[in-house]
Amino acid sequence: MSNPIVTMKNVSYAYDNKPTLKDINFEIQRGSFLGLVGPNGGGKTTLIKLLLGLHKPQNGSIQLFGTPIQKFKDWNKIGFVSQKANTFNRGFPATVSEVVSMGLTAKVGYMKFFNQSHKKQIEKAVSQVGMSDYLHENIGDLSGGQQQRIFIARALVSNPDLLILDEPTVGVDTENVQKFYELLHLLNDENGITLLLITHDTGTMTHHATDIACLNKTLHFHGNPSQYTQLSEQDLSAFYGHQLNVVSHHH
Amino acid sequence: MIGHFFEYEFLRNTFYTGLLIGLIAPLLGTFVVVRRLSLIADALSHVTLAGIAFGLLLEKKFALGLSPFYTGMGFSVMASAFVEQLRRVYKAYQELAIPIILSGGVALSVVFISVANGFNTDLYNYLFGSVSAVSRQDLWSILAITIIVLIVITLFFKELFTLSFDEEHAVVSGIHAKRIHFLFIVVTALVIAASIRIVGVLLVSALMTLPVAASIRIANGFKQTMFLSVIFGEISVIIGLVAGYYFEIPPGGTIVLTSILLLLLSILIKRIKFNRARKRAIQ
Ligand SMILES: Nc1ncnc2c1ncn2[C@@H]1O[C@H](COP(=O)(O)OP(=O)(O)O)[C@@H](O)[C@H]1O
Ligand SMILES: [Mg+2]
Repeated sequence: MSNPIVTMKNVSYAYDNKPTLKDINFEIQRGSFLGLVGPNGGGKTTLIKLLLGLHKPQNGSIQLFGTPIQKFKDWNKIGFVSQKANTFNRGFPATVSEVVSMGLTAKVGYMKFFNQSHKKQIEKAVSQVGMSDYLHENIGDLSGGQQQRIFIARALVSNPDLLILDEPTVGVDTENVQKFYELLHLLNDENGITLLLITHDTGTMTHHATDIACLNKTLHFHGNPSQYTQLSEQDLSAFYGHQLNVVSHHH
Repeated sequence: MIGHFFEYEFLRNTFYTGLLIGLIAPLLGTFVVVRRLSLIADALSHVTLAGIAFGLLLEKKFALGLSPFYTGMGFSVMASAFVEQLRRVYKAYQELAIPIILSGGVALSVVFISVANGFNTDLYNYLFGSVSAVSRQDLWSILAITIIVLIVITLFFKELFTLSFDEEHAVVSGIHAKRIHFLFIVVTALVIAASIRIVGVLLVSALMTLPVAASIRIANGFKQTMFLSVIFGEISVIIGLVAGYYFEIPPGGTIVLTSILLLLLSILIKRIKFNRARKRAIQ
């Protein structure tokens, strides 16, 4: 019973003439919690940018929710927290509620205004990430971990089916990382949101994700955490090392 | 003193125009500042000068009745389209658009001015603003620009705001960044052209940015910043116009000096508030 909400077939991508992703075949099942791991520069962020339509693959095809990406319009089904989210201009004058409202801008549409029910949705998303007390604070006055939560709220406010988080725990202290994973489980289990989490913290992922995919230019592994922990030293060093032996993978 | 502004028609025109630009310059200026485009406003105002010089040249050489106000506006709007193009070409060096446009504007101005063998005081008025330069016709044009600006900002507020904060996120969520950018920069060009009558080419960007700089640190959130900026903008324009008239100084100077005073005041208020909060926290 497979129900993929993302399908990539034979996808390759190069920046100018620098091949970055090679022949990626890959699915994300509805309701799963997929951890995408791999060394720095392995192409994780690039893969996400392809999924979000920010770059176009030179080869292969991408389907989102069963629709070819070229025709896909329901972008509010996908929530995204960028790797650069917390590099925003800290002096920017915006309250938490104003920042979260940005997640609704496109959904509400051009030349239309926020109404009472949108305000409710904003408050709900802020309370989902446990930040209700800060609704009218300036975003720049919060700590890094709190800001990260607000960006998740901004991604959640449009009620996405798929939430993509690119290295969200970088710069968040250990205690808050723990709380952060609790929040992700809540979203995944209770709200049924499919998660795609990018990290190079492989150890933690095996405790939390339902699926793990390893990316270093090509997809070296895609399976569940127990399969991942059974990978031999050899497999892992091939993956992180210089020889790029392709390990076959099964869906 | 302020009574004169209602007695004489030319002063009345100036006063109303002042109130209009005191509204739209800081309103749009809030977006200009948070997007770090303050210097682009400066670049566009210098191109407007070239357009004005071109208009004055036409007037002098060919007795064409085309008001320099319109040629200035035309140049400024064309330059704004060019700015966007340049920013796309020099993606990694977006600020390069500024010296290119700014020096281009000054160079063209110099050429037009010398071809015309120099102008009289008119040009001085355009550089620093004037209390007596606003005709009834100008007032109507600036009123029209104000209405356009208010409509654009109201209809596209959420998109402009969302794009200003995080462009990548806005694009991913499905907002047409290029079109909104373009609309924004064209409207900015219109506001600059409208403001030049009163504050002059050299100081127009100050009226867009100083009131915002004064409010950004004491306000909570974006809408409050915008609101406070307009208040500061209006106060600067009113005090500046009256003082400029009374002391016979071009109003650009007095308006900008007033906004600098307000800016200093806001820094002081912020400091007092901060110290009080700290005292309370210690107790
Ligand atoms: N905009 C870009 N232009 C050119 N090369 C890029 C660009 N973005 C990333 N790259 C290159 O592509 C490779 C993969 O980068 P990235 O997808 O960011 O990796 P990861 O997210 O796994 O750390 C890196 O070698 C990086 O230098
Ligand atoms: Mg990355």
